[in-house]
Amino acid sequence: MKLKNNAFTLDPLDYKILEALQEDARQTYTEIGKRLEIAHSTVYDRIKRMEQYGIIKKYTTLIDAEKTGNKSMTAIMTVYTDPKESEKVAEELCKAQEVVEVYTSLSEELQIIAKVVAESQENLHAFIANSVAPLPGVLRIRTSMVTKKFKETQFSICNDPKKLTFIKGTRNINGEKQHEP
Amino acid sequence: MSPETVSKILRTVPREKAFYFFTSIGNYTGTSASSLKEFVERINEVNVKSLEFHLYRGDFEKWIDEVLQDQELAGGIRRLQKVNLIGETLRNQLYATVSRHLKWLTSQT
Repeated sequence: MKLKNNAFTLDPLDYKILEALQEDARQTYTEIGKRLEIAHSTVYDRIKRMEQYGIIKKYTTLIDAEKTGNKSMTAIMTVYTDPKESEKVAEELCKAQEVVEVYTSLSEELQIIAKVVAESQENLHAFIANSVAPLPGVLRIRTSMVTKKFKETQFSICNDPKKLTFIKGTRNINGEKQHEP
Repeated sequence: MSPETVSKILRTVPREKAFYFFTSIGNYTGTSASSLKEFVERINEVNVKSLEFHLYRGDFEKWIDEVLQDQELAGGIRRLQKVNLIGETLRNQLYATVSRHLKWLTSQT
């Protein structure tokens, strides 16, 4: 963990802590410390620092909506916009409760891609017709309904094999031995 | 029909009350109409699938009745729904119904 000009650089130990948290954020500092062969106080300090700098944004729960019995449907909405209004459209979409993710894409046309969750097809249509289509700058919208989910996970920062090789056999800034992955 | 009622029907409505043309649930064509005059123009321009989608869901009838508050035209659209037209025949009939009514309304002002 290094600080330079108020910028934050992660070292291999930070990545290992993040990886452990991504697997199970309810682990105690002691459990993470044991797993990584470091003191729990080190784990605590690093996690607090990463929270402070916004690297760890929040701890949340991944819920399987199907198992809760709640009827809902998910759709991927592509919104083609006037480039001048694109930012505003994206900001407005972010405010809507039905919209759970918003991205912009720079392809041949400026697009906003959003994941929308609604209780029914009718509610989805009403939301798009009454809250998205009227936004200034929206040129047209294409919506694809999700029919089956095959995978849903968060991107693991340790997915990169090069990073794992880098971590192997190194020591952290405290001189503590790293856990072999 | 009083001149006030006619003016109300022919007014331009705010953006959030405009009619937005979709071809299916969630698929917006980019075309909208904020007045009856614009609505007639759009009937000739929009993808015919959008006309079929909205007519048989009752969306045209609902918008004309609730937003423009023209019960007479809403009734005409409802009758058209029962004929079960599709494609360009539907477009032509819808255009004829709405444009005829618009012409009559404008002659009243």
